[in-house]
Amino acid sequence: MIRGRLLWPLIALAGLIVLNVVFTPSFLELRIQDGHLYGSLVDILRNGAPTLLIAVGMTLVIATRGIDLSVGAVAAIAGAIGCTWIADGGDAPTAVLLALSVCILLGLWNGFLVSVLGIQPIIATLVLMTAGRGGAMLLTEGQIVTISNPTYRQIGAGFVILPIAILISLAVLLAVALLTRRTALGMLIEAVGVNPEASRLAGVRSRTITWTVYVFAALCAGVAGLMISSNVSAADANNAGLWIEMDAILAVVIGGTSLAGGRYSLTGTLVGALVIQTLTTTVYTIGVPTNITLLFKAVVVITVCLLQSPRVARAVSGRRKSPTLAPRSQKVAAG
Amino acid sequence: MTDSSATGDNPVVDMRGITVEFSGVKALADVDFRLFPGEVHALMGENGAGKSTLIKALTGVHRPTAGTILLKDEPVEFTAPGQARNAGISTVYQEVNLCPNLSVAENILLGHEPRRLGAIDGRAMRARATELMARIGLSIDPASVLSSHSIAVQQLVAITRALVVDACVLVLDEPTSSLDSDEVEELFRIVRVLRDEGVAILFVSHFLDQVYEIADRMTVLRNGTLVGEYLPENLDRMALVSAMLGREAGILDEVERRSEERAPGSAPVLVAQGLGRTGAIEPFDLEIHEGEVVGLAGLLGSGRTELARLLSGADRADTGTLMVDGETIRSRGPRSLIAKGVAFCSEDRKAEGVVEDLSVRANLILATQAARGWARPVARRTAEAMVAEYIERLDIRPADPDALMGNLSGGNQQKVLLARWLVTRPRLLILDEPTRGIDVGAKAQIQKVVAELAAEGMAVLFISAELEEVVRVSDRVVVLRDRHKVAELSGAGISVNSVMSAIAENAHNGVAVAS
Repeated sequence: MIRGRLLWPLIALAGLIVLNVVFTPSFLELRIQDGHLYGSLVDILRNGAPTLLIAVGMTLVIATRGIDLSVGAVAAIAGAIGCTWIADGGDAPTAVLLALSVCILLGLWNGFLVSVLGIQPIIATLVLMTAGRGGAMLLTEGQIVTISNPTYRQIGAGFVILPIAILISLAVLLAVALLTRRTALGMLIEAVGVNPEASRLAGVRSRTITWTVYVFAALCAGVAGLMISSNVSAADANNAGLWIEMDAILAVVIGGTSLAGGRYSLTGTLVGALVIQTLTTTVYTIGVPTNITLLFKAVVVITVCLLQSPRVARAVSGRRKSPTLAPRSQKVAAG
Repeated sequence: MTDSSATGDNPVVDMRGITVEFSGVKALADVDFRLFPGEVHALMGENGAGKSTLIKALTGVHRPTAGTILLKDEPVEFTAPGQARNAGISTVYQEVNLCPNLSVAENILLGHEPRRLGAIDGRAMRARATELMARIGLSIDPASVLSSHSIAVQQLVAITRALVVDACVLVLDEPTSSLDSDEVEELFRIVRVLRDEGVAILFVSHFLDQVYEIADRMTVLRNGTLVGEYLPENLDRMALVSAMLGREAGILDEVERRSEERAPGSAPVLVAQGLGRTGAIEPFDLEIHEGEVVGLAGLLGSGRTELARLLSGADRADTGTLMVDGETIRSRGPRSLIAKGVAFCSEDRKAEGVVEDLSVRANLILATQAARGWARPVARRTAEAMVAEYIERLDIRPADPDALMGNLSGGNQQKVLLARWLVTRPRLLILDEPTRGIDVGAKAQIQKVVAELAAEGMAVLFISAELEEVVRVSDRVVVLRDRHKVAELSGAGISVNSVMSAIAENAHNGVAVAS
């Protein structure tokens, strides 16, 4: 079933790549230079690493029927903490630890609002989405903090054949896949997402599970924020990770995980993140005018989502079979 | 049995041969129902009897598959609730469905606002609302916000709203379930006023006392079919309860009467003392022993489920103590009771039982897995063995562990939920309406399993609206009425008649017994 749902995103991905090849014949070329792999595809992977990482965290949140809008702001905070610490003369490992600790606290806050106070996730995380950027601004005192620290720079811009950032993201993806699928965690997360009350009565620690996924999502966002700031050696409280929550949510949805919670697919999220990042790259390579890039993106995303929708699929195939009967039979079923 | 004496007039509503089907399942089969002007007509029946469906067929929410509806001798066919309302059929639902953030006047005249120069005339609206409210003796500020009033007043506002369109039929669906006795009196006073003005009132309530107080006529439904139309003076409580519950001969002769050969263990598995929760169930005492099946009987709304939820930790008790195997349970939540071996199978299969999007296997091992914690998954082989064993033992169909739970029939879902708890090897199994809405075969299987479990030493609390079933499987029967425990029957004292008379007894006696 997952494979069926991934059909259209994979076709979209292939289509985007073909489009790029048409415009830039060298698109698929890879070359090795100083032991690093270079090429447009590698760039897509490197630039997509933060989105993928955040999307992994988002997948688990969405599986519990939640959503986390604050990840972009959390990423900005992580970058701000990392860079200001280093700018003030601190070392890179401490900067990373400090940033991630704060992100865990932020995740605890989100999880507390959702699982203990029962605030709707979209509202609960909206708080931190807006307040978080303010916090990042305070940390950077409204400036773009630039640093030059070779160790810190490795996170976002370093290479071990492939970019370190994508290696981190893929490692996290793999770890989460193993952790949730080899243990019972995945099943319990899905059970909580599908039917929280039934799960509670069956003795599942619904609250703890919900709380944990928000902490994990914030942690992923923190690492992604470090990648972003490390890649440019600067913390930009206003623009780092801006709208990345939307890209991450789109990646999850394109990957076939329902916003209604329940069954999730990490493979789907990987494909979704690749589609989103390839799309962003395509916009630049084929020279879509900047003022309509968002529109272009929106059209591609809505097309993929429509093609995946069972209702659209039914309507399309139903119309093909018998144009008049399809709507009526639907009405009977509804009544 | 049917009493056909009319009040002289023609009926204002005459429904004939009404059948309503939902995807092939008959919710209502060939039901006749009449409503005369100036009468309060009670529609009686247990859960699933078809009361709501009949009301919805009348008010245009559901379209009957067969049958005709005559309104003032004219055949009508409503396709939307608005049409029924404009034709003079107004409905006040159990859950007040008004707009709590609007004013009283706005709610009363919603969709009928007086206008001046195209804009809503606030002053005229308040005046009209006051005038309408005066008709039923309600005097509150029409400009006040609806949510600032009690539920009882909101209910009266809902009734006032029904008067705007000169209702000739007023449907009151469980209007008293959230009112106290003074508020009920006030409501009844208004109902009588409207009745005397010639309004036909269809009244639904599960409180027998109230029905006998207010109803001029009753129609009883059971399992989607018409049992009969009666005058209250010709049908005593006992006969009414019997008509509502039905007394078809049992379906399973293989479940033998037990209590004699099954000696209940001396130490009780569960002891509840003065356990209660405000608004749910009055404090009660209860003991359940090893190898004993305790039945819980009572009408809908008598507190059966509420009692079970307290015992299982699904809800927290306000008062009293709960002990399992001699240990007092202090912590809250179902987990602590599950750990002590108390398993609760909720009556609301869909909302509180099944996890639809997951497989039968996942559903079946959910409680086991939850008890083990996420880090210790049930080994695949063990899970397969468990699932295979229970698919076979309970005859779950399809016999496919990977089938999605949501695609199973109700009966098979119920069996999976039963299996979910059985694999945890509970000390006490609480089954709330385990056989509701499932076919006869599955029902018999579940009852048989209950008997076997008790024989193996498990304690079972068995809740069912079907008395035959309770009497058949139970060693002891606890009777609830109006949220009080009113009787406890055991041994030879258990019969459908004895349980029924305990349920039907005058409420005042009941309170005396409980206190």
